[in-house]
Formats: sequence, C-alpha cells, structure tokens
Amino acid sequence: MSGSVAKSQAREILEVTSPTNSSIRSWLHGLPGVDQVGCEARATGLATRSIKTSSKAWGIDLAISMIDLTTLEGADTPGKVRGLCAKGAAPDPSDPSTPPVAAICVYNDMVEVARAALHGTGIHVAAVATAFPSGRASMTVKLADTSDAVAAGADEVDMVIDRGAFLAGDYRKVFDQIAATKEVCARPGDRPDAHLKVILETGELVTYDNVRRASWLAMLAGADFIKTSTGKIAPAATMPVTLIMLQAVRDWRELTGSMVGVKPAGGIRTSKDALRYLVMVSEIAGDDWLDPQWFRFGASSLLGDLLLQRQKQRLGVYSGADYVTID
Amino acid sequence: MAAQRLPVRKTYKLYIGGKFPRSESGRSYEVFGQDRKKEFLANAAQGSRKDVRDAVKAARSAVSGWAGATAYNRGQVLYRVGEVLEGRREQFISEVAASEGLTRPLATRVVDAAIDRWVWYAGWSDKLAQVLGNLNPVAGPYFDISAPEPTGVVGVLAPQASSLLGLVSVIAPAIVSGNTVVVLTSEDRPLPAISFSEVLATSDVPAGVVNIITGRTAELAPWLASHRDVNAIDLAGAADAADVSWGELEASGADSVKRVVRPAGDGADAIEPDWSVTPDLHRVRAFLETKTVWHPKGR
Repeated sequence: MSGSVAKSQAREILEVTSPTNSSIRSWLHGLPGVDQVGCEARATGLATRSIKTSSKAWGIDLAISMIDLTTLEGADTPGKVRGLCAKGAAPDPSDPSTPPVAAICVYNDMVEVARAALHGTGIHVAAVATAFPSGRASMTVKLADTSDAVAAGADEVDMVIDRGAFLAGDYRKVFDQIAATKEVCARPGDRPDAHLKVILETGELVTYDNVRRASWLAMLAGADFIKTSTGKIAPAATMPVTLIMLQAVRDWRELTGSMVGVKPAGGIRTSKDALRYLVMVSEIAGDDWLDPQWFRFGASSLLGDLLLQRQKQRLGVYSGADYVTID
Repeated sequence: MAAQRLPVRKTYKLYIGGKFPRSESGRSYEVFGQDRKKEFLANAAQGSRKDVRDAVKAARSAVSGWAGATAYNRGQVLYRVGEVLEGRREQFISEVAASEGLTRPLATRVVDAAIDRWVWYAGWSDKLAQVLGNLNPVAGPYFDISAPEPTGVVGVLAPQASSLLGLVSVIAPAIVSGNTVVVLTSEDRPLPAISFSEVLATSDVPAGVVNIITGRTAELAPWLASHRDVNAIDLAGAADAADVSWGELEASGADSVKRVVRPAGDGADAIEPDWSVTPDLHRVRAFLETKTVWHPKGR
C-alpha cells in the first residue's frame, strides 16, 4: 500500500476529511482498554504449551527463517557486516539444510555493504532510519535519513516513532511522520517499495493501553510491520506486549482486510522463547502470520541457540558454543 | 516430660550453578543405607538429561572466571573448602557411616582422609606450573615456554562405593587447575555429595565451578559423555555401576575429541581404585592442555 492510499484509508476509517489530533484521539481512546492481569496471564499460559519433537524441529527452522539478524553498534565495520551476511545466508556451515534468515538489519550507511554481500541470496536488507534509536531529530533529518536508506537499496526500513510526541498526546504529529516516511519509502518505476517497519519502543510507552493505541496509530498511518523495540531500551520485547500487537494486527485485518506484520525485537535469546512466540502468533493472530513475510524476530544471539537446538535434534547429543559461529 | 520434637528431615536436591534446584523432571528416588539393615535414609533428586544440560551450561559460564583467577587465589578458595569441611566433620562422619555402612571409627578415618586429600590438592594449585610446565631448550635466540592450562569443562562420574573420599579425590584434581566440573554422584550413596555441595556453596567457590547431579548413572552418563561442550570426562564411577559400559562412554566421548580418564582395571573387570592411597598427579595432568609460546630473547 502506498502512502497516499494509506492516507485516504485513514480518512475513511476516521470518517473525516483530514485527520486531526482530536479525531485521531477520540478514535484511539475509543479502543477497548487492555486488561493488564488478563493479558499477562494469557501470555504466561501460552508459554506453558508442550511442543512435540517433530513440531519443535519445524518451529526451529521457521524461527531461523524469521530472524532479522541484526548488528546496530557504533563499532560496526564493513567486515563485521559482511561476516554477518555470510552467517545469515548459511547459518550452520556444517549443515546446508539450515534455512537462511529473513533479513540483515544494519544502520543505513552499511546498506550497500550488506546488499553487495547478500547479492543473489534472496535475503533482504533492512536499514534503521529516522534518527534511530531515539528519534530525536527534525523531520527534515529523519526523511533524509530514510531516503538515504531507500536510495542505497534497502528492502525494508525500520523507523522509530516520536515517543515524546506520542506521550504528549500529539498523535497527529506521529501519524504525519509515519505517513511522510512511508511516502519516502516509495521507489519510482517497477522497483518494489521499501517495506516500512514502525518501531513503537514499547519499553518507553509505559502502559499496555498505549501499546495498543500506538499499534493502531502506526497501522492507520500505513505501517507494513509494527515492531516492539529498538533493542537499546530495557524492557525490550515481552510476551504480553507482543500479544497486544498481535491482537491489533488481527483486528486490523477484520477492519480493513489487509495484513500487517509483527516483529518483536530485543531480549529474545533462547529457542524456548522463540517457540513460545510462535505458539502465541498461531493462537492470537492465526496461522497466516506464521510466515517470514508477516512475523519476524529482531535478534542476534537467538540464532546461535536455535542452531544449537537444531544440532541437538540432528545428532541426538547436546551441542556447545564451539560448534556455532560467534557474531 | 520433655516435649517430643517433630523430625526435621532434609531435602536432598541438586547443585547447579550455585543453586539447589529440584530435578527439572520432578523425579526423586529412595536412598537406603548400605549396612545389613538397608534402612531408608532419604529421597534424593533423580536428575534428568536436561539437568545435565543445565549443569554443563553453568559449568561453561564459570570457566572464564575460575580459570582466569590466579593460582594463588584458587588455592586459597580450595583451602577454605577444607576449613568448612573440618567444621562439618561430625555431620560427614554420620552421613558416611550411614551411606557406606561403616562403623563410626572407620567413617571417622575416611572423613579425615577426605579432608586431608582436599587440602593436599589445594596446595598444588600454585605449584602445578612449576612441575608440569617447562622452559624448553631451543637452538635460537628465543625463550620457549610450555605452561599447563585447564582444558575447560570436565564431566566426572564419581566413584560408586566411596561416597566422600572418592568424591573429593576426583573433584579436587579437576578443579585445582581451573577446570569446572559436572559431577554425577554415586547412584546408591549420593547423600554425602549433596552435603558436600553445601560446603562448596558456603566457601567462596564461584557458582558453577562444581555442579552436582544425583540420579541413575546409566541414564545420565551417556548424555554427559556425548555432550559436545564437555572437554574431558573422568569415568571413575563407571566401575561397578549398573548397566554402564565405560567403553561405550569413551567411544561417544571420542566423537567430540574428549580427554578421557578410564577407570582402573580392564574391560568388564573395571574396579574402583583404593582411594586411601596417597595419589600422584595423573588425575590433575589428565585435564590440562599445554600451551607453548616462543618469546624473542633480547639483549
């Protein structure tokens, strides 16, 4: 969906000629409140499902293919990014049947390096933009940041919302920023537009109600994906927060017929956690989301643990960190 | 009339990463005294392969700190274990007497020997490098130095018969050089090992350096021997263990190129050694790697 289509859809949903702060506010605050205790109990309950060995093997492969392998450090070098790309393409060199990851996520000055390294693999390049991770910059800078990433050939753009504006109640500003970024993600001609992932940074949104509102606001403004966190703030992705976002995309499809993806990022480190998330995706949003196109894990260390579990399943013996690559 | 006290029974749990968890599996098994009366002593946790996995993880994460500590510091910490053992001497005498079916004077001798054995090994920590390392003669303007370094995580099958003296005789030589261990205790006499873990927990030994799992040796040993994150394994406890073939354990250890210490004796006749004999350094040496460095000699 392009930026202008998103805007006209928003006008339709809000039943106004142009979205204003008050029209967005009354719509967002009209959403049902989140039952905090119930939501946490549901998330805990979903984490206790027992998963049989064959399903686990399937789930591990699916989880690997859903990973956005990420390096977002000030110390990133072209060599490190190339190394990460090689790991993403062949996560376990000792077993070629291991699926590749979904995308490599880097800062936008590393997009060209990653694109060159991933040429021909089908793995996407995701770039973080809009003054990631704080989002504290003028709109001109944020859009320039985004168009840099798009021009460098990023397949996906991860933007951060202005949490300050959101918490201050300036929903219109957040809406406009997402919509404007969405327009910059468009590419002329036949080349596909960059997918827009909107990072809500739920660790700074304080309440579950805010998470729900921010999810709807992002979808209203044209997000292709809603993502929990930058990974720079604790708490990052949690089960209850992801549950609320999964409910939001499910209800959004009911309302508009279009699907939006979900990406929990940060703090997911073990295969056990990853499988719990997959159970939740299936139970809350539905099996349509059990696809790398609609659900992603933003993680780096998770891949190592998934590979260890995969080796355990294949060899029948416990494996160790000496048998997977570091970074 | 003195009021009758309710008995306060002890729950014997596992020792993993400095904590005392129950088995992940929730299982436990009955432990009986080894004298003629075969009296019920306690329920011990029956560890599972996932407990082994967790223990190896804890041991692995403790390696860098323990191996990185100075030999002097490790010696101090191990000596401290000896001090706390001495303080709990009476408790261990009772437990060893009950577990192994020994008379009290005999159990006292065994416990004293165990404490002395521990202190003996503790003293070696800052002397190993002198004895096992070397300044090698070379034909060139270099120093060429070989120094022993710990191999990493060591799996230990503790002796089946000697529940305390045998136990310390296999744990101490592995950890004195900076290795960390995952110990499967004697199957029928596990209780002194758990009390020993309480000593470790209260005497400055960092969490994860020693991890102790009680349970069925035949069930757990193959998982430990085949675990690819375990660098070496001591098969002392494979002798006289029910349904355990040390040859198979050695073979599965070979898949991940482990160092293996075989039990004494041959094949099916493997026997438990006499632990009361003063040991030599072979158990210590078995879990070391030798690092050799060249260093230019200046003038």
